[in-house]
Amino acid sequence: MAAPILVFAIGNESRGDDALAPLLLRELEEWARAAGLGGQVELLEDYQLQVEHVTDLHGRNAVLFVDADVSCNPPFHFSAIDASHDNSYTSHAMTPFALLHAYRQVYGADAPPCYLLRVRGYGFELGETLSMEAATNLEQAKSKVRAWLADNPAVR
Amino acid sequence: MTDTTKNLETAAHPENLRRVAIDPVSRVEGHGKVTLLLDENDRIHQVRLHIVEFRGFEKFVQGRPYWEAPVMVQRLCGICPVSHHLAASKAMDMIVGATLTPTAEKVRRLMHYGQIFQSHALHFFHLSSPDLLFGFGSDVAQRNIVGVAAAYPDLARQGVLLRKYGQEVIRITAGKRIHGTGSIPGGVNKNVSIEERDYLLKDIAQMIEWSRDAVGLVRKLFEQNLDEFNAFGRFKAHTLNLVRADGALDLYHGGLRARDMDGNTLFDHYDYSHYWDAIFEDVKSWSYMKFPFLRSLGPETGWYRVGPLSRVTQCDFIPTPLANQARKAFMAFSGGATAGSTLGFHWARMIEMLHAAELIQELLHDPDLQGDDLVSTGQRQERGVGVIEAPRGTLIHHYKVDEHDQIVRCNLIVSTTHNNQAMNEAIREVARQYLDGKKLTEGLLNHIEVAIRAFDPCLSCATHALGKMPLEVELLDASGSRVDVLARSSDGAFCSPD
Repeated sequence: MAAPILVFAIGNESRGDDALAPLLLRELEEWARAAGLGGQVELLEDYQLQVEHVTDLHGRNAVLFVDADVSCNPPFHFSAIDASHDNSYTSHAMTPFALLHAYRQVYGADAPPCYLLRVRGYGFELGETLSMEAATNLEQAKSKVRAWLADNPAVR
Repeated sequence: MTDTTKNLETAAHPENLRRVAIDPVSRVEGHGKVTLLLDENDRIHQVRLHIVEFRGFEKFVQGRPYWEAPVMVQRLCGICPVSHHLAASKAMDMIVGATLTPTAEKVRRLMHYGQIFQSHALHFFHLSSPDLLFGFGSDVAQRNIVGVAAAYPDLARQGVLLRKYGQEVIRITAGKRIHGTGSIPGGVNKNVSIEERDYLLKDIAQMIEWSRDAVGLVRKLFEQNLDEFNAFGRFKAHTLNLVRADGALDLYHGGLRARDMDGNTLFDHYDYSHYWDAIFEDVKSWSYMKFPFLRSLGPETGWYRVGPLSRVTQCDFIPTPLANQARKAFMAFSGGATAGSTLGFHWARMIEMLHAAELIQELLHDPDLQGDDLVSTGQRQERGVGVIEAPRGTLIHHYKVDEHDQIVRCNLIVSTTHNNQAMNEAIREVARQYLDGKKLTEGLLNHIEVAIRAFDPCLSCATHALGKMPLEVELLDASGSRVDVLARSSDGAFCSPD
């Protein structure tokens, strides 16, 4: 049986601030274990969302997507999200909104409650390390995710 | 058609022409841009596919220990990390002087064919089928996977599950969904357990059946649109691909085979460890991507085509029964005309997907997958070359390692680079066939993209952070002044760039 909560990090660690979500996931792994949430929370990551990821959402109580963002206000933006038919279907990198729409197409029902944490990033070149500004944003984003998990009624 | 439109690579007087850009090309990997230069009568004088993002990876790995390369290179591309993982591993096999054990080679092959399977499934079902099912100039609101899901729900669902199956093969053989460490210099670091084997065997018959159906669907689409599909973006090209020693299709290992555009063999079973004697890379001022060519033919005429169409047509046979049968039908179809068509890529790709499914089944029944002899070593070498047939074509990794085990030189020739000139030829032909002298519309411009998508190019390894603006289209008048500009955000919505 799938863990009730899925945290899905999107990003490439070798591309500067695109590493924000994978780095958040690394630290979350240890924290979740220490907090006794190991079996309650599954942590997954990929470079970008694609249509087969609908299968990872199936059977969850709640899903949190984490991604770097170049447009939100720092340090981060957190919100519940709904399915939306946007044109990211036409690329190899779908938005979370489009993925929820694809879920409906595949399973004939709405996806479980989903949330999106956008952490503000600044530079994304190959070989760059995390920028100092992004590192500051990451610290605050980690606190937000820990609080969200600790209080989440979706945990069995 | 005027003389000026014959070649279409460089216009005689670009300063007086109107420029239209398709930027980026959608439903392909990364960021590419096509520019068209037109005169006041909408006659086309220049067509170019530009690669707009520079790969700095060859520098990125310099100074790193060689054993890190198979893991590091996976960060080069979020779409085909397994191909880079395996090509780098093969190069490092040479560095450590290894001859692979049967278990190591078969686990790697399983991983590779899982990658071929999932990549081809995604490309056909989710990126190309909208054009083929609804028409190249059909309503843009329907011409996407959502439109496919509405009109053909079973097909869309199969696409998801085929792709997922291939990803599971990768997870089990590489150890993880991404950043896998399964392949290492000289071998692999894990075998496939009985439980893992049985898990994959459970669904493989269904995967083979759906792959057969996909081959049948492409055939049906060709039958329904025979003249248009055969003629679309058609051009003659030399070919390059790996083949097995007996001439069979082999996507993991073999010697290089090159044939000219009339089918005459230029070289065969060529040892790729000195590929530079056969292939050279040209540069052009208007593109970051290099233009490889066959040395014996020179830079002007030595360009060639790689990928599924070259592999399926240039091998002597496919060593699995259903795919071989499908190949024979493909080669004979329409008197052989389809096997030379740009859209024949799609049919060849589905034949390879079927072959990959059959081969995965065959490998899963091989007890060598459960062997314990995983790694071998030999006499240390300074230089290593690994070549593999990635989903999009021949992929070359070349490294030089110093006495301190550090990588001091790296050269990668990725599949899409081999196809650079071929893609330019295809879009110039489409421009001649469909666009020359006509008022441009979205549907007509999509014909250019359809030709590029047939190659399934991976143009760069862009980041996909939310909020980025991957698209900007500029319209310039004949004097070069900007008339209009439009931007598209990462969710595909059009908006003001300001």
